[in-house]
Amino acid sequence: MTAPALELQKTPLNDAHRRMGGRMVDFGGWDMPVQYPAGTLEEHLRTRTHAGLFDVSHMGEIDVHGSGSIAFINSITSNDASKLIDGQAQYSALTTTQGTVIDDLLVYRFANDKLTLVVNAGTTIKDWNWIAAQPRDESVELKNVSSEYCQLALQGPDALSILQKLTDLPLDEIKYYHFDQGQVDGVPAIVSRTGYTGEDGFEVYAAADKAEQLWDKILDAGNSGSPEGVLPCGLAARNTLRLEAGMALYGHEIDETTTLLEANLGWICKLNKGDFVGRDALAKQKEAGVKRRLVGFEMTERGIARDEQDVVVDGARVGRVTSGSPAPFLKKNIGMAYVPVELAGEGQQIHIDVRGRLVAAQIVKTPFYKRER
Amino acid sequence: MANVPEDLHYSKDHEWVRVEGDVAVVGITDYAQNSLGDVVYLELPKAGEEFAANESFGSVESVKAVSEVFSPISGTVAEVNEALNDEPEKVNTDPYGEGWMIKVRMSSPGEVDSLLTAAEYEDFTKAETE
Repeated sequence: MTAPALELQKTPLNDAHRRMGGRMVDFGGWDMPVQYPAGTLEEHLRTRTHAGLFDVSHMGEIDVHGSGSIAFINSITSNDASKLIDGQAQYSALTTTQGTVIDDLLVYRFANDKLTLVVNAGTTIKDWNWIAAQPRDESVELKNVSSEYCQLALQGPDALSILQKLTDLPLDEIKYYHFDQGQVDGVPAIVSRTGYTGEDGFEVYAAADKAEQLWDKILDAGNSGSPEGVLPCGLAARNTLRLEAGMALYGHEIDETTTLLEANLGWICKLNKGDFVGRDALAKQKEAGVKRRLVGFEMTERGIARDEQDVVVDGARVGRVTSGSPAPFLKKNIGMAYVPVELAGEGQQIHIDVRGRLVAAQIVKTPFYKRER
Repeated sequence: MANVPEDLHYSKDHEWVRVEGDVAVVGITDYAQNSLGDVVYLELPKAGEEFAANESFGSVESVKAVSEVFSPISGTVAEVNEALNDEPEKVNTDPYGEGWMIKVRMSSPGEVDSLLTAAEYEDFTKAETE
């Protein structure tokens, strides 16, 4: 007797990934490509130098409609959604009453009574249950529309010129963290100048059944297959790109045990906007000062830090690595970790316990990588 | 399909052995390097260190993961492929050639007979991927 295999969820691009030789892995219950035949290093470098295309259809989308939408979103998230204008997106977080993080998300404002929350794949159901249980004005209608959309992220310095071949939308007029609606290759789409790589780029949302058409057309438009063309990229490259760019990953840098202030996300804590879940705890922590802080580090001896390893200073275990990896573009080994604030200064010498061997590292400022604008 | 040269011996941990007199050259197989992805770092022993058969002699790291490597035979490390410090990608591009890892002076050369033949190893990897 064997237990029935757990059915993995699939994005509308599952067939395309398999057709193109993607190596499929179980990512939080989703059957996703961790890399394509080009390999993680090449996918990472191509995104920095030309363009990479990522399937991020597993992300969740929750519509918040009705006249009380902005007030409702403001009551459950830490950033100030009232500052958004139509066609603008905002990085924010769902917080617990302790100011820790239920999820990080993007808030898209289409109109003052029409907003969409884009949340992480692995937390979509948890977020939905939490959001739906929060008190709200009867005008507010919630709908989990995750399965209706595909989401493709085209990232890199060539992203604009590639996508422009497929749309009449004036892409260079879309500002960072803004979006527009129109057609991409004749398909109705939302085109958002956002991403998770530290590069310029766009995220395209469209009906799920148009995913493969858009995927193939974007690869064609970007001369995929040529040495300087767009490459399809897997989750491993997405992770190293976001880490070089110093961005938090839910479940690693942030979760329900870390507060936004500890995670250096004070910039999305708008404590004066009015009350929201977790506001009091965050205000109190801000006044008292955090005891530990998320920092970036780079290895100064040979060795690669990995997630969950201990940070050691003067023989004492003082913190843990939240993400550790080679940084393919920077050609260094880097990571992020929580350490006590008194040990969080730039230049602080630390060691990482790499499977029993103490390897020297030092705290550096983040982001590790910043593109030239 | 992974390349499995006829003249080598194989372990179930995906290492290969080439016998040169009383010395065994050890590396990881094409199948192993392909599963691992881009190799970016290796932790290898120093000459003179001793290992028993099936003992871990170091680690191979890709961008995403760390894998231990196990000595298929017992003996003393005679030579380490230092070139891999600067060019770890040789493990991917030439796993049976320039991607070799250590040379071991065998203490029990008979152990080689208990390793898998090329045909046996091929069957073993097929079963593993099914």
